[in-house]
Amino acid sequence: MGAAWLLRRLVASIAIIFAVVTFVFILIHVAPGRPCPENLDPAVCNELNRQFGLDRSIPEQYWRYLVALAHGNLGYSFADGRPVRAVIAGTIPFTFQLAGAALLLDFLLGLGLGISQAVRVNRLPDVVLGNVTLFIYSLPTFWLALLLLLVFGEKLRWFPVGGASDPVLCSVVNSLYCVGDRLWHTVLPAFTLGLVGAAGTARFQRAAMLEVATQDYVRTARAKGVPERRVVLRHQLRNALLSFITRFGLAFPFLLTGAVLIEWIFAWPGMGRLAFNAILSRDYPLVTATALIASTVVVAGNLLADILLGIADPRLRVRADTDLVPTA
Amino acid sequence: MTFATWLALFVALVVAAEAVRALRHRGLRSESWRRFFRQRTTSWGVGILTFLVIVALAAPLIAPFDPDRQLDILHLTNHSPSWTFLLGTDFLSRDIWSRVAYGARVSLGIGALGALMAVSLGTLVGALAGYYQRWIDAVLMRGVDVGLALPRIFILLMAVALWDGLPFPALVITIGLTSWFGTSRLVRAEVLSLRQRDFVVAARALGADTGRVIFRHVLPNAAAPIIVSAALSVGNVLLLEASLSFLGIGIKPPGASWGNMIADGALSIYTAPWSTVFPGLAISLVVMSLNAVADGVRDALDPREEPA
Repeated sequence: MGAAWLLRRLVASIAIIFAVVTFVFILIHVAPGRPCPENLDPAVCNELNRQFGLDRSIPEQYWRYLVALAHGNLGYSFADGRPVRAVIAGTIPFTFQLAGAALLLDFLLGLGLGISQAVRVNRLPDVVLGNVTLFIYSLPTFWLALLLLLVFGEKLRWFPVGGASDPVLCSVVNSLYCVGDRLWHTVLPAFTLGLVGAAGTARFQRAAMLEVATQDYVRTARAKGVPERRVVLRHQLRNALLSFITRFGLAFPFLLTGAVLIEWIFAWPGMGRLAFNAILSRDYPLVTATALIASTVVVAGNLLADILLGIADPRLRVRADTDLVPTA
Repeated sequence: MTFATWLALFVALVVAAEAVRALRHRGLRSESWRRFFRQRTTSWGVGILTFLVIVALAAPLIAPFDPDRQLDILHLTNHSPSWTFLLGTDFLSRDIWSRVAYGARVSLGIGALGALMAVSLGTLVGALAGYYQRWIDAVLMRGVDVGLALPRIFILLMAVALWDGLPFPALVITIGLTSWFGTSRLVRAEVLSLRQRDFVVAARALGADTGRVIFRHVLPNAAAPIIVSAALSVGNVLLLEASLSFLGIGIKPPGASWGNMIADGALSIYTAPWSTVFPGLAISLVVMSLNAVADGVRDALDPREEPA
């Protein structure tokens, strides 16, 4: 992987993001329904449309949007006239907090389970865990969220039922109590996302470990008397982690944007809920901007995974001039 | 629940169990069928799916009440599960078991049709890209890149929320149109390796036309990943429909789908948890069964043995 490869991938990534923005721009303008509420005085609507440039032709609007975008300006939200950049920036810490906690649980628990299953393959603990992860992996996350809310929020009252922090106290002061309070609010939504994710990761990792287990170099290692623990950790796990890198690249954006329903249920002020509300209220600049960010994260996640894979897997470095397609 | 509905339910269970037994019995003779049923979860998956498909088809026989009828809004709202109301009633006094049975038609229907569409489209695009290569491949795969770059739930939310109240066929088409990207990449990779193989080269040398080469020689040999991807797709599409209906922008009330039943149930989840629990359980069981079947197909069609 040389600089040329990286440059080519970067250009392709920018082209993809550009295409996504164009697609979303066309879609929202083709769709029925306009941002101005129907019960509003038409004169006011006309004035608002003029202010936001919605009275111009669509190609002109598109061009103006692209020019503004090139200057780093994402436009202004129709809802309150605030810069879109500021609106989104306000949600990012919450999204990171939730996604970070969920990913941590997902990977730690998922890798741990997957590896411990692979070591005991087809024995009782593996079969039991296999059934459990299969079931959890199949749960609709929003339904699991509702059940967890019912049990731990309402019945046991261990965790708050929504929001990201104490609405009364922590909007005024910022004490150590509020840090704990924010963590306390993160538990249920992060657990919901992390648990379902961990079940998927465990299934994936178990399969990856077993895929490697039949390779010649593992047999060779055993034959030459390498201790079992070392065979598993050094020969199996290290190679099985290669396909995990690709999964990491895919999971990363999913947690950032795929949490729309979870954010909605837990009234979590993150980007997913923002995007959904923006779509419902036809806040064009906000919708386009969230799509832009979502696709950027997806593309960046893939690129990052490919780069990491190139670093971790020497076999890929030999084929430096070919297109890097992970064959996981 | 009348005697007739109990009988119908019993028959459905027996037929499902018998179907699994018959398949397993047949499996003794064929190596790949034996591998298909190697894991016990696969049998359960086939059984549960058969049962729910029977329930969907025979919904009028198995459901004791009209699914949309509010039985008695004064006395029967949020009635807990009983012998009369097998799974309880919801906040509008509708019988949940009847709604689950009729909802199976909608949910399984969307799952099957959406997945059929997604997998056909994905297979077609993947086969074209992999077989023709060059600029066709480049154009199609860059399109797939764009499709994969935008989270699917995001495209769907936009399409479904902006065109408020999409009719059933449009919903299926929208879901199908946004769910084929992954399959097409998978199929393309398979076709790329298959097209170099001797039997494909031989077919071409014998003068078989391109369509025949693709559909008779290449694709049948890529069946394993396509079938697995189809099974997983049905579950994915079902989950997407449920998510959209849960957000109130999928299947419109009063028609029952498992997704909008959860949305209805969530309104009274603290007083009547059963109205949320059972439709969600139905979704989970179907998705789990499909995953188990996909695992089984993978085992059956992929001759690599797991290490003992």
